[in-house]
Amino acid sequence: MNRFAELLDRLSYEPGRNNKLRLITQYFREVPDPDRGYALAALTGTLSFKHAKPGLIRELIAARVDPELFALSYDYVGDLSETVALMWPRTPTSSSIKEPPTPHPSPPLATLAEGGEEVAATPSAPLPPPLQRGGVGGGGPLPDAGQGHNKPPPPTLTEVVTTLATLGKAELPAQLTHWLDELDETGRWALLKLVTGAMRIGVSARLAKTAAAALGDKDAHDVELIWPGLIPPYLDLFAWLEGRADKPANRDAAPFRPVMLAHAIETDDFATLDARDFIAEWKWDGIRVQAVSGRDDDGNIIARLYSRTGEDISKSFPDLLPSFQLPGAIDGELLVLREGRVQSFNVLQQRLNRKSVTPKLMKEFPIHLRAYDLLADNESDLRLLPFVERRTRLESFVAKLDDPRIGLSPVVPFHDWATITAARADPAAFGAGDDAEAVEGVMLKRRDAPYLPGRPKGQWWKWKRDPHIIDAVLMYAQRGHGKRSSYYSDYTFGVWTEGSDGDQLVPVGKAYFGFTDEELIQIDRFVRRNTTEKFGPVRHVVHEPDQGLVLEVAFEGLQRSTRHKSGVAMRFPRISRLRWDKPPREADRLETLERMLKTEKVH
Amino acid sequence: MRPQDLLVPTPAGLCCRLGGFHIDPVRPVERALITHAHSDHARPGHGTVLATQETLDMMRLRYGDNFAGRTQAIRYGETLRLDDVSVSFHPAGHVLGSAQIAMTCNGLRIVASGDYKDAPDPTCEPFEVVPCDVFITEATFGLPVFRHPDAAPEVRKLLDSVRLFPERAHLVGAYSLGKAQRVIALLRTAGYDAPIYLHGAMESITHYYESRGIALGELRLVKDIKKADLAGTITLAPPSATSDIWTRRFPDPLTAFASGWMRIRARARQRGVELPLVISDHADWDGLTATIKATGAGEIWVTHGEEEALVHWCKTQGLAARPLALVGYGEEDESASTGGEDAA
Ligand SMILES: [Zn+2]
Repeated sequence: MNRFAELLDRLSYEPGRNNKLRLITQYFREVPDPDRGYALAALTGTLSFKHAKPGLIRELIAARVDPELFALSYDYVGDLSETVALMWPRTPTSSSIKEPPTPHPSPPLATLAEGGEEVAATPSAPLPPPLQRGGVGGGGPLPDAGQGHNKPPPPTLTEVVTTLATLGKAELPAQLTHWLDELDETGRWALLKLVTGAMRIGVSARLAKTAAAALGDKDAHDVELIWPGLIPPYLDLFAWLEGRADKPANRDAAPFRPVMLAHAIETDDFATLDARDFIAEWKWDGIRVQAVSGRDDDGNIIARLYSRTGEDISKSFPDLLPSFQLPGAIDGELLVLREGRVQSFNVLQQRLNRKSVTPKLMKEFPIHLRAYDLLADNESDLRLLPFVERRTRLESFVAKLDDPRIGLSPVVPFHDWATITAARADPAAFGAGDDAEAVEGVMLKRRDAPYLPGRPKGQWWKWKRDPHIIDAVLMYAQRGHGKRSSYYSDYTFGVWTEGSDGDQLVPVGKAYFGFTDEELIQIDRFVRRNTTEKFGPVRHVVHEPDQGLVLEVAFEGLQRSTRHKSGVAMRFPRISRLRWDKPPREADRLETLERMLKTEKVH
Repeated sequence: MRPQDLLVPTPAGLCCRLGGFHIDPVRPVERALITHAHSDHARPGHGTVLATQETLDMMRLRYGDNFAGRTQAIRYGETLRLDDVSVSFHPAGHVLGSAQIAMTCNGLRIVASGDYKDAPDPTCEPFEVVPCDVFITEATFGLPVFRHPDAAPEVRKLLDSVRLFPERAHLVGAYSLGKAQRVIALLRTAGYDAPIYLHGAMESITHYYESRGIALGELRLVKDIKKADLAGTITLAPPSATSDIWTRRFPDPLTAFASGWMRIRARARQRGVELPLVISDHADWDGLTATIKATGAGEIWVTHGEEEALVHWCKTQGLAARPLALVGYGEEDESASTGGEDAA
């Protein structure tokens, strides 16, 4: 556990992606099975046990330390797990200091100045004899001998994880106490983060898998493909990566495939592109998903719906799953359709935000999949085929499904850039009809593009209708005024830019409005639960590539600014939408704003 | 005699009227007794300065020959009579030459400990407990969350990182009086024998340490070295320099910081530290509380730092305790040009 804690500790300070990778790979190389497997599970969020509540942690510390000292410490540190980890007493008795000291005549070890013999020449009162603590034994402030050597070894990560998986709720407090006694400061911190489910160290599941793959000079993609069939502690995976066994078979009948993303197109780009190479579609304003179905060993259909990041969201859409009758994998957009008409994103959001999916909700917000692409058809992987061929396969696949809940995203016919410019400006007149409101732009896809994970250059382009919208990441929040004074309602947001050590967020503006009251409550809750630091009224909110909140920000214009570190200032920025579905990594970049700035000047 | 008849806090610092002196005064005074050479304790411009030879030497290095009207060196354990008061200096274990000052008058003894630590340090005389009636303790790390680990494993973290990232330059922020030399000595103890590089602001103090017989191995000034040659090396610099454009001379620098503050994650992050090293020149919570008990003092005066928690603790132990509310100490002056600062 202490070695894993050391890794987490180091990762939590390391900003560079490549350096994080190297640290994790090094850990996998050094640490034997099954500990490293459970570490991989912890980093990829695949461990499952009931999390301990902060209240329990408070009770444990209250039983051990003076409440006033705890309050002062917590106030100073600001994080419960960290406070408890740091001040947890070394032994169950309150003081670990031995006293009184026995007479100790030994001279100083190093004599840099002379005169040690004149110490306390004429004590005026009977006082205890001097004692020498420093420099003796090198064991820090505590006596080196004694109970320290008889201590049981600290628990391994495997021990912690397997115990937690089977532990009854009533046994948890005693078990945690026991572990806290055995671990060091960093170990206690990692343990508490793990058991409270608050391990925020800026490592995505993808990054952890990439680090594991690097162990065998493999690509993360190879690990991703077999991942759904693997179970912690991944002995078969590590055996394969170390060349000791064959590649584990993909046992999952309906695995997720990494998603392909588009670049934002700019005016200059058109000069280098030939319209004849592209197919255009509407960019629908919904939630990008992947619908996968396959047959298990018994021949039954297994269907799953994944978010763009690979999260299994099937549970939220029991009404849609039965529609995936044929083995295959569709890339598409979730939309709400009422009487054949696509509803706005706001309507869709009302369905997404509900905790429980009731029959009433399903009836009121009928969910629909608009299909863009086909990644697999039965057993065959189509991803390396050109888009134009996949599109043909998709058309016949959707036709075969013949289900009102699954529709084809129509192609927008065009032969030159002028046509598509006009279509983007007025989708209703170019085939979108009544659904035009749910169109947020056009997508341009190369006819010959294979389906590649990530955001490959030059393959897919997105061209949004309103150029004055960006996706930014919430960085800081401040309390509002007046009736909002109890909420964090002033938000500073940022976009990505290349820093000295990889990508970093740079603040580009502040917004105070644009959100609904309900959204304000949601953001406020997010801010309070994800504060990394407090400075007076300002809270630093977690903003890492994989953790944080993406805000869609609308604004009226841009200008250069020397006042802002980013060099740009927005006019009239407001929050137009909360993108809970979008990982911060996919938010916009400063270059996008800089390009907007250039076009601003031309007009 | 009551303690406040012997020593009182004043705006200039702790004042002993019967002995006609101030301890670590923050304003120019007639006669100053100085615990150690950190700039928040040792200021220029006093009439007479009484301190250890090392403290006087390092004040001279920093402030020039005319830093005081007159100076007088005192050895550890030596007793001097200043008017009605007997005064003696004792090792504080904080930095080279650092001292606690014991004042005795009419059977009452007060010890002003200045900054101190009870953890081992190869670069200075170890802390010595001086029995007394009133003990004046610092409280820089006066909260139970501050428990400094052994320094050796912290230094090992740094060496592990150098091994894992051999193409990067490791920059270690360390206060230039005391901490820097201690980190170098710890690296040598850990078996690191490659040259260690220094920011220019550390040069004179480090050479002074060497002249006092503290072996630090081969040291080089970083300004003489080409960028590419700094890959895989360790450089010590004042903390302010590690977040400065100065770092551009290094290949892919990795920032470490050696300080007791590094125990708190938010503190480390706030400074953009990638490798926090919890190495402190002040006593941690366990060190403070153990020392307070060991002095046998019945009354504790608490100054600079987290006074509230330590005063509370003293009271739970049945000791009379009060915060002194002195100002001007413990503030980090990190200006790279002078290298003056208080080591944390
Ligand atoms: Zn000091």
